[in-house]
Amino acid sequence: MIRTPLRPLARILEARANGENPDAIEHQNRRIRHEQMRDRDRNRAEGRLLVLGVFFFCAFAVVGARMGLLAVSDPVEPRAHAPGSVIANTRADIVDRNGNILATNLDTHALYAQPPHMVDREGAARKLAKIFPDLNEERLIKDFTGKRKFLWVKKKISPEQMQAVHDIGDPGLLFAPRDMRLYPNGKLAAHIMGGASFGREGVRAAEVIGVAGAEKYFDDYLRDPANAGKPLELSLDLSVQAASERVLDGGMKLMNAKGATSILMDAHTGEVISVVSLPSFDPNNRPRPAVEGDASDSPLFNRSVQGVYELGSTFKIFAAAQAMELGLVNASTMINTAGPMKVGGHRIGEFHNKNYGTISVSQIIEKSSNRGTGRLALMIGKERQQEFLRSLGLFDKSSFEIIEASGSTPLLPSRYTDLSAVTISYGHGISTTAMHLAAGYAAIANGGRAVKPTLLKQNGPVMGDRVMRADVAAASREMLRSVVVGEDGTASFGEVPGYFVAGKTGTADKPKPRGGYYKDKTITTFASMFPAHDPRYVLVVTLDEPVETSSGKPRRTAGWTAVPIAAEMIRRVAPLLGMRPAIEPAEVAGITLTSSN
Amino acid sequence: MRSVIYVLTALGVIGLAFWAYRENYATQAVLNNTDRLHAETREAYARLAILRAEWAFQNRPDRLRDLAELNFERLQLLPLHPDQFGQMDEVQYPIPDLLPITNSIDVSTMNAEDPL
Repeated sequence: MIRTPLRPLARILEARANGENPDAIEHQNRRIRHEQMRDRDRNRAEGRLLVLGVFFFCAFAVVGARMGLLAVSDPVEPRAHAPGSVIANTRADIVDRNGNILATNLDTHALYAQPPHMVDREGAARKLAKIFPDLNEERLIKDFTGKRKFLWVKKKISPEQMQAVHDIGDPGLLFAPRDMRLYPNGKLAAHIMGGASFGREGVRAAEVIGVAGAEKYFDDYLRDPANAGKPLELSLDLSVQAASERVLDGGMKLMNAKGATSILMDAHTGEVISVVSLPSFDPNNRPRPAVEGDASDSPLFNRSVQGVYELGSTFKIFAAAQAMELGLVNASTMINTAGPMKVGGHRIGEFHNKNYGTISVSQIIEKSSNRGTGRLALMIGKERQQEFLRSLGLFDKSSFEIIEASGSTPLLPSRYTDLSAVTISYGHGISTTAMHLAAGYAAIANGGRAVKPTLLKQNGPVMGDRVMRADVAAASREMLRSVVVGEDGTASFGEVPGYFVAGKTGTADKPKPRGGYYKDKTITTFASMFPAHDPRYVLVVTLDEPVETSSGKPRRTAGWTAVPIAAEMIRRVAPLLGMRPAIEPAEVAGITLTSSN
Repeated sequence: MRSVIYVLTALGVIGLAFWAYRENYATQAVLNNTDRLHAETREAYARLAILRAEWAFQNRPDRLRDLAELNFERLQLLPLHPDQFGQMDEVQYPIPDLLPITNSIDVSTMNAEDPL
């Protein structure tokens, strides 16, 4: 480019000759040059803006078009990627501690009808009623010939029924795939499993939701595909559970009881190995909840966590343990249990108005003296008693992981007086569940650490807060042992050779719904642990309204009802738990070596 | 020279098109195979689930107990009992055979008369 000079000599000379200022020429030329430079820059910038604009337009157009395409296309699974494992869209299984299946899924179908597509409506209705005897033929005809365009006929059908419906051959009868929850063990651990039903239902699939028990408590876990179908491992042991149910069922019938519950708990971890509540039900076909009458009469009622009752003398050991913990007494301190004893204007009596005189703390537990533990409670004081019982978890609802445990809140006196402290020391005036009691006894059994009952398998020891010294727990266990083997022990039927059972009986009159107590209805409890010198398990057996009539005279105390059942249960269950008896076994003739599998 | 380049380019395009055509079909075939395998896996899992459910159902404690009771005469199965725990030294192992006697030693009774 030829640069135009700012001061062209010809024009300068001419201007000088004319007497004009030659600088004006330079200014003019400079202005023209700047204008040209400005125009050039503007053109270039405009061009660049245009290119950039086109680029952005194209980029956004591509993004928009892709979004539009994604929005209108049908979803497809990625075909090219092989997933590491099958995507778990089914509810996770529930297994026991050894991996035995407690709940699983089964593919099945639901049957639905689209009447507008049906060929022979009345004929189809007639044939359906023949296949499914529980369907009403007139009702079906009315549904099929009416205005309805869609209706569910059956929620679950078997493969044979499905084939039979296929054979009808009507194009308006269609099948929807379903996942059915199956409890292969039937009634076993029914209250823990609870049951499942369908949530939102569609033609292609239906939600399976838990309605009770662990199925409901762990619903989120079981439904979460992120768990990749990992089964939920419970602490239950299938064979122990089956044996416990068998023994308790037999015992309940022998003792003419209305209901029964048993809890077997690992004293160190709080794992519940078996928990039975009778009467029971089949979770595959869960009965409807009772709408009238007492809730505890329904088989759905879970006595182990919903049965909030006064558990009687089983609480006495807590008073004795706390008195020893505080250094007020030791096992051989003599306490005067003679009457009369009045607290807050109420007379404290003994069972059958007995009088034990002055006896040691150990004998108070062995003979189950109300006045004895009452005196201990007065020595301890109501504040310290509340603190101790709370630390054992007896004041709060149970942490046991089934949905019914939310109904396990203990009933406490509204005003905690000295009288309350005395009655609570022998298990009256406080209503708890058997699960609470088992947790309290587990603390004594494991050497003084609080235990939270759990339904989940634990992978190691669980160390709770210390609630009493180890030597106090050991002394308490000795007292409980004397209840079983002592001369005057109330649980003399509880001894199982080789397993050193220790425990405490409790018999409480049942409260009437309108106040007062029944004279001929009791709740009997035996809370035990074994083996006494190094307890591994805690067993609580509770019977509702038992009566033992073998001698002609009705007996309603725990020693005659709950204790023999608990002993039989330990005899059956301890070998299953892998515990060998600690004495020399009886003479065994000819054991031969066989393979075991 | 230029026409040679044109011909070579055209041949290159034809070759690439042929390659892309074959790759496309090969990909489709692999994808279909993958789909089939996925479906088979799904079916196998479903079958497995049913078999496991059936196994659990057939082995439910109630049924096993009933079977043990039905076949008691043949099997003599009893519930596990504390008495049944044994010690290792109570197990009767078969007694090993005596080694053959190769170098016998003469003792004084060798020449004794047979009492019978």
